[in-house]
Amino acid sequence: MKPTGYNLDATFAALADPTRRAILARLATGEASVAELAEPFDMTQPAISKHLKVLEGAGLISRSRDAQRRPRRLEPKPLAEATDWIERYRRLWEGNFKRLDAVLQELKAKQKKTVDALLDEVKPKPHKKRSTK
Amino acid sequence: MKTADLKVTTPTERELVMTREFAAPRVMVFDALTKPELVQRWLLGPPGWTMPVCEIDLRVGGKYRYVWRNADGREMGMGGTFKEMVRPSRLVATEVYEDYWTGGETLVTTELVETRGKTTLSTTVRYASREARDAALKMGATKGLEASYVRLDELLTA
Repeated sequence: MKPTGYNLDATFAALADPTRRAILARLATGEASVAELAEPFDMTQPAISKHLKVLEGAGLISRSRDAQRRPRRLEPKPLAEATDWIERYRRLWEGNFKRLDAVLQELKAKQKKTVDALLDEVKPKPHKKRSTK
Repeated sequence: MKTADLKVTTPTERELVMTREFAAPRVMVFDALTKPELVQRWLLGPPGWTMPVCEIDLRVGGKYRYVWRNADGREMGMGGTFKEMVRPSRLVATEVYEDYWTGGETLVTTELVETRGKTTLSTTVRYASREARDAALKMGATKGLEASYVRLDELLTA
């Protein structure tokens, strides 16, 4: 793959907005018209159209040939370029963080041991019986 | 596929944010992020790498340097300077790889928030420029562009 800077800029900008991510998630289940897309978001069609323009500019969606409804559909390739990178990054850090989990468990066990030992020291001796209220 | 609780998002074109919860108080997490003998045990990246060099001068203006070594002897170095240091809640540091051009320094902001004994760690990686981000993109070997909807869903619902 040869990453193309401008496309990636547009992709990351497009993905930065939650409404646009939601639109993409919707289109991942199948194509939809502007009206169908506007409905669940409680937004006007012009507002949705603005988001669609950004997504179209980034090459993330396209229009079907159906002249009447002009439904939008997802173009998975540019999105895959970005998600591929993010996924590799995530996997790398997942590995790191799993090891970090283990280190933290060990630190907690050590701390507990220290605290237990300290409590043991200050605990009243068995022969000095105390009344428990 | 089980979705891990590590979230990676791109809030802006030049930023990448990772969020993950840890079952430990934040002082402990902070120490695990900043004490060399602990860092060397987990910050290793892909399988087969160790970290023989780990130097951390934990104070504002202090430097740190990591060197990773592969099983076949290949080495990779990275380092930077601490810009902010508030134990145990915040760390801001620059990050530069030694062996190849990455288009300038990356600024990494680490924030730790503790709730009921658990710590949420969020790391914001800010690339110096679009070129820097693209260099980072090219870094890993890219395989084919399988458009996996599983991954897609993960990203879109993040």
